[in-house]
Amino acid sequence: MAVLDVRNLVVEYRIDGVNRAVDGISFQIPEGKTVAIVGESGSGKSTIGQAVMGLLPSVATIPEGEILFTDPVDQSTTDLVGLPRDGDLMRKIRGNRIAMIFQEPMTSLSPLHTIGDQIGEAGRLHQNMDRKTARDATREMLRLVQFPNPDHALDTYPFELSGGLRQRAMIAMAMMCRPALVIADEPTTALDVTIQAEILKLLRDVQAEIGMGIMLVTHDFGVVANMADQVVVVYQGRVMEKGPSKRIFEAPQHPYLKALLHAVPTFDMTERLVPIRPIEPKLSAFGAPCEVKRGEPLIEVDNLVKRFQLKKGGFLSKPRTMTAVDQVSFTVNAGECLGIVGESGSGKTTAALAVMRAFQPSSGHIRIREGDGWRDIATLEGEDLLAYRRRIQLVFQDPFSSLNPRMSINEVIGEPLVIHNVGTPESRKQHVRDLMELVGLDPKMLRRYPHSLSGGQRQRVGIARALALRPDILVCDEPVSALDVSVQAQVLNLLSDLQRELSLTYLFVSHNLAVVDYLATRIAVMCRGRLVELGETRAVIDNAQHPYTKALLTAVPDANLHRPLDFAALSAGRASDPAAWPEPYRLLPGETPTMVERFPGHFVCAPGEVPAIKDAA
Amino acid sequence: MIAYVLRRLAGMVPTLFIISLLIFFIIELPPGDYLTNQISQLQAQGEAASVAKLEFLRREFALDRPFLERYGVWVGIWPGQHGFDGILQGNWGWSFEFQKPVGDVVSGSLLLTVILNFATILFVYIVSFPIGIYSATRQYSWGDYGFTFLGYLGLAVPNFLLGLILLFLMNEWFGVSVGGLMAPRFMDEPMSFDKLMSILSHLVVPTIVIGTAGTAAMIRRLRANLLDELNRQYVTTARAKGLKERNLVLKYPLRVALNPFIADIGNLIPSLVSGSVIVSVVLNLPTVGPILLGALQSQDQYLAGFILLFVAVLTLIGMLISDLLLAALDPRIRLGQEAPA
Repeated sequence: MAVLDVRNLVVEYRIDGVNRAVDGISFQIPEGKTVAIVGESGSGKSTIGQAVMGLLPSVATIPEGEILFTDPVDQSTTDLVGLPRDGDLMRKIRGNRIAMIFQEPMTSLSPLHTIGDQIGEAGRLHQNMDRKTARDATREMLRLVQFPNPDHALDTYPFELSGGLRQRAMIAMAMMCRPALVIADEPTTALDVTIQAEILKLLRDVQAEIGMGIMLVTHDFGVVANMADQVVVVYQGRVMEKGPSKRIFEAPQHPYLKALLHAVPTFDMTERLVPIRPIEPKLSAFGAPCEVKRGEPLIEVDNLVKRFQLKKGGFLSKPRTMTAVDQVSFTVNAGECLGIVGESGSGKTTAALAVMRAFQPSSGHIRIREGDGWRDIATLEGEDLLAYRRRIQLVFQDPFSSLNPRMSINEVIGEPLVIHNVGTPESRKQHVRDLMELVGLDPKMLRRYPHSLSGGQRQRVGIARALALRPDILVCDEPVSALDVSVQAQVLNLLSDLQRELSLTYLFVSHNLAVVDYLATRIAVMCRGRLVELGETRAVIDNAQHPYTKALLTAVPDANLHRPLDFAALSAGRASDPAAWPEPYRLLPGETPTMVERFPGHFVCAPGEVPAIKDAA
Repeated sequence: MIAYVLRRLAGMVPTLFIISLLIFFIIELPPGDYLTNQISQLQAQGEAASVAKLEFLRREFALDRPFLERYGVWVGIWPGQHGFDGILQGNWGWSFEFQKPVGDVVSGSLLLTVILNFATILFVYIVSFPIGIYSATRQYSWGDYGFTFLGYLGLAVPNFLLGLILLFLMNEWFGVSVGGLMAPRFMDEPMSFDKLMSILSHLVVPTIVIGTAGTAAMIRRLRANLLDELNRQYVTTARAKGLKERNLVLKYPLRVALNPFIADIGNLIPSLVSGSVIVSVVLNLPTVGPILLGALQSQDQYLAGFILLFVAVLTLIGMLISDLLLAALDPRIRLGQEAPA
């Protein structure tokens, strides 16, 4: 029996002409099962969810198709397309029989109302509960989604909760009326991997308890492999392929799906990723390679500490500070790619930006190899600092906001040359064209503006800009996390080709272990501002020592049906709490995070073992 | 919460102190003072006896002392001719121009100013809220355009002109006497129901005139704020819960969009006092605005200083009220926390 039967659904947006976002899609969601709608951005996958909920914006219309919802309680079938979006009938179903979980737990709850109020509201609306019954039912729901202290949680405000707990509250809100169908629109995309795994587990537990069908809208094949019974792959508003997830993963038929699966980085990948739209960078001679020999230390980070002031001390109040990076030491060797991995708030970006000298460290030193000697970058001034800036460049995370919308591509890429006064206007022109070819872009695009480029093209412009000054070191801050899977593979391949050909050194910051695994020579794992593990990529991935690294690795959903997440091994958020790590890893606040060399070149933060081995990183 | 209130109250003391020092400094900036001007005038006419009296007054009011001492005597933290006798002790000073204590000069108009201010703020909020909400929820409708047009009209028309037109219309249609606080026949009568009604009917025009510009500005701002909030994700969440659109707007986005308006209560007061001077002159209203203007012109420094200080106190109280209301309405301010990472 299907809870939801979508037949030949068409959704059109009327902005500057008619635009079909969804073009004749059909699929069914059986009772109590999970169906994943997978696609890249712009595929129309979220629009399907909005159409079912009656939450389409007013510019969208449904000219064709049916959305048949069959309530398992009384077996009555309704065509949701025919119901007025704000009518009483639709409102009785919305939030009651069909509920929705949104992507952003930070913004999808009202900041001014307690979560008890917001969750209980659904019960008061649909089941005529009075305040007290609603409160009791809410408490019950919070217990169901495993809130640590449901009684206390009723009266907390969303901003007092972490992202994971907010998403739990969101799920509790959706489950309040025990719906027959839940639409989860990228429910874990905004969360860290360890929390993502817990939320996925929770969704499965709740499904076992309540028995609702789930429509899981996502772009992440790892999540799909772990959650879905059936998969619907959409591209540009059409179904490319649908079927049980076993068939989708093991015997994909459609070329698009095959290509998509090849473009996803997974662990233990030895072969090259195959992007859907391959590019051909021209890696011809491009400036002189770095003078430091490959494999020799290039940058030394020594006991780096960075504190930020959260709140200024004032009249009758104390200042509050936060230690973003706490006594971190590592070296970066010439020609390698050092991946810095960690969850949000781990200090990975702060550490990378400190190397760029975006700010002065609170204490500690960062030294750069200069000829035969070392130079502390904090002492660089004037001309020397400019020269250092030429040696180290940054690739940003968000290709949409990191390019000035009022500058043409030509100006964007040429700007570093102008600032550093390199060459003549004519030579710059040629140089910019070379750079475009280097990243596989057509020089004809030089006169365009960023808004007319796709995300992947923009990110390649960002890389070309970073390479304009022929740097030795490239700091990449999550360069692919804002990109779709197919484009991600393209950019990752480009970065790896560039590194090999131009003997660049990368400092690669990412939260995605699979991506780092694909690119990095060595990996540094950070947690709460501390470095917890450092070693060769294979050593860290295959022989992880630190409990936090292990937790991270077990939490990454793999796009492989034979390697499901081990939900039983999840540690309920304790993995990222240094005080809860077992001995000898336990780190109490204020304790020095000492690194111990377990194996040659493989360091682990284990203060408990210090007396045994004195040698630290 | 109690700690927060106490901290805010404690913060007001130094603020008030600095404001009073600034006020005293500024009103003393013009060379000389009321009495020296008088003295030089009398000396020119050779009236020695009066000069002696004025010299006595100068000593009496400590005008012959250095700046900081004069300030201290005025506030009441420095012994004057009769010991500590300043504003802190309840002596609001002497108006040279009116030859009366400042308290007697301003007592009637202060009350009226406060009432008029209060009525205007109420008018601004009562009118602008429904219109702002209407305009935001029905963006680009005829109603929205209509109110926008009226709003710009309200901003653009000079207040005194609007005041004169409204006075004329009130007189034509309702027979309300032109100008003043009440019909002339009630002037010297004791308070009665008829007199009260007369005062209220005379308050209508000034309230509208002083309030229009503020109302128009507030409608625009509420509309913009609410439009921002209506596109937020949490509104969609509430809609997905099955809430009715009307209840939804009132419960979620309006609550969030309210903050800037509450924060504004304190800021409105000084602009209403200084903005109403011309209107008060045109409408012949005995508010403190015209008195302040006169006092500044004739260097009647204690009168001017007291009025300015009074406005400052009103402003600070307004700020305190808005801060307390904000804390009560917005848990993020009350609990004073940043979001955890």
